[in-house]
Amino acid sequence: MAQLTCENLVLGYEGHVVLENVNFSVEKGDYLCIVGENGSGKSTLMKTVLGLQKPLGGSIAFGDGVKNNEIGYLPQQTQAQRDFPATVEEIVLSGCQGRSGRLFYGKAEKALARENMEKMHITQFAKRCYRELSGGQQQRVLLARALCATRKILLLDEPVSGLDPKVTAEMYSLIEQLNREDQVTIMMVSHDIGAAVSYATKILHVGHTMFFGTTEEYRQADIGSRFLQLEGSERK
Amino acid sequence: MSDFFENILMFLGESYVQKALIVGALISLSSSLLGVILVLKHFSFIGDGLSRVTFAATAVASIMNLTASNNMLVVLPITMLCAILLLRPGQSSKMRGDAAIALISVSAMAVGYLVLSKFPTSNNLSKDVCTTLFGSGSILMLSSLQVWLSVGLSVAVVVIFVLFYNKIFAVTFDESFARTSGTRVAAYNLLIASVIAIIIVLAMNLVGSLLISALIIFPAMSAMRLFKSFRSVSICSAVFSVVCSLLGILISCGASTPVGSTIVAVDIVVFLAFCAVSAVRRKA
Repeated sequence: MAQLTCENLVLGYEGHVVLENVNFSVEKGDYLCIVGENGSGKSTLMKTVLGLQKPLGGSIAFGDGVKNNEIGYLPQQTQAQRDFPATVEEIVLSGCQGRSGRLFYGKAEKALARENMEKMHITQFAKRCYRELSGGQQQRVLLARALCATRKILLLDEPVSGLDPKVTAEMYSLIEQLNREDQVTIMMVSHDIGAAVSYATKILHVGHTMFFGTTEEYRQADIGSRFLQLEGSERK
Repeated sequence: MSDFFENILMFLGESYVQKALIVGALISLSSSLLGVILVLKHFSFIGDGLSRVTFAATAVASIMNLTASNNMLVVLPITMLCAILLLRPGQSSKMRGDAAIALISVSAMAVGYLVLSKFPTSNNLSKDVCTTLFGSGSILMLSSLQVWLSVGLSVAVVVIFVLFYNKIFAVTFDESFARTSGTRVAAYNLLIASVIAIIIVLAMNLVGSLLISALIIFPAMSAMRLFKSFRSVSICSAVFSVVCSLLGILISCGASTPVGSTIVAVDIVVFLAFCAVSAVRRKA
């Protein structure tokens, strides 16, 4: 049974349709990349899956032991966060607060935060201020926070935007490790089509033409080969 | 100079000054805690807009023949309503936050002055307006109802802040993440809005409508110069605020200056000192 199934989704704002006929499903252990041109509706899709926005039509169903608030979310950073006075530990712990109705963190939450900080190699920064860290380190803090919220599905929104190539590669390998070793299902919205086809097991292409299938099928399909060529030539 | 200290000592013996010090400390404490949230949420101007609402509401209360001691019963609900309107979840894109604040703020000023000039409660209109805007000494004339109301409400604000500290942090740092992980963000925003209204109404007694923003913004801004964690920023701004307000009240007694502006002047001086320390630290 799939962890997440979207059928005939219609997405948009206040009656204005951005995207329709969205059909895809995510199984445990999948690594799904959501690609498409700018303005094709990738972020609207993501917000709808997260429940931040209501779909205009169609259905989103959760299954395989996943509830609708069990998607760990790695948002793009906002300007407000860049100068927010908070330590790494405070931020990672805040990922735990949806887990129970309790108001204060107990031993279990603190242990979970420590464990996830270790996993993301940020234990040495625990008492440091978030705004003093580099972009890659900040992303790892937010990833550790998302892992505190859930171990089942992670939804990553452009996780490598603004990072230099070396840090980007490190970020991708951390994500791959989570997917392979901890069986965390990954859903990633990405501009980086090259990385998408080399890491992902499934691709969802949104826009005028829709595509959903395995990465191999995507390479073979018209839309995939065209998009890959286009992006590849832009890069050169 | 010795007159100044003698004055202060003499005033310290007076029960109305003691009341003012207690109420002043509590109001500063609660406003500084809320200030941290507002500054970090980039909502500093909400405090300013709401304080103008308290001006209009006070004007309305005064023509309803409510005395200064029980006008809170009218002012508080009106301010709360406006706070909830401004901070309500799912604000439509047609009314952007900053424009809505500006609208409410100027409307309140205009209506307030209109009401006061059409239905004057005394012969001295400009003095009435000045008292409401700058709270000229009203903290030194508190009735016991006002004292108890202020103490009760400030304690409630501090308790709410401590109890919901972790939730407030999560909602302030990253609203969308908090919502996806199952926090009832809308409910907490409503709570924050109501608490803001309470604090602004309380602070009106201390510094008057126009200077309320200072009580909210200065402590948080100063603390953020020196401290790096949310917890230390909260604690430092609470201490900063209480110390400055107490100093301000004492100085105003000794030098017979208006209480509100003296408190804000102390805030400014200490803020500049914090800035200097942080600049020196960065160079070192």
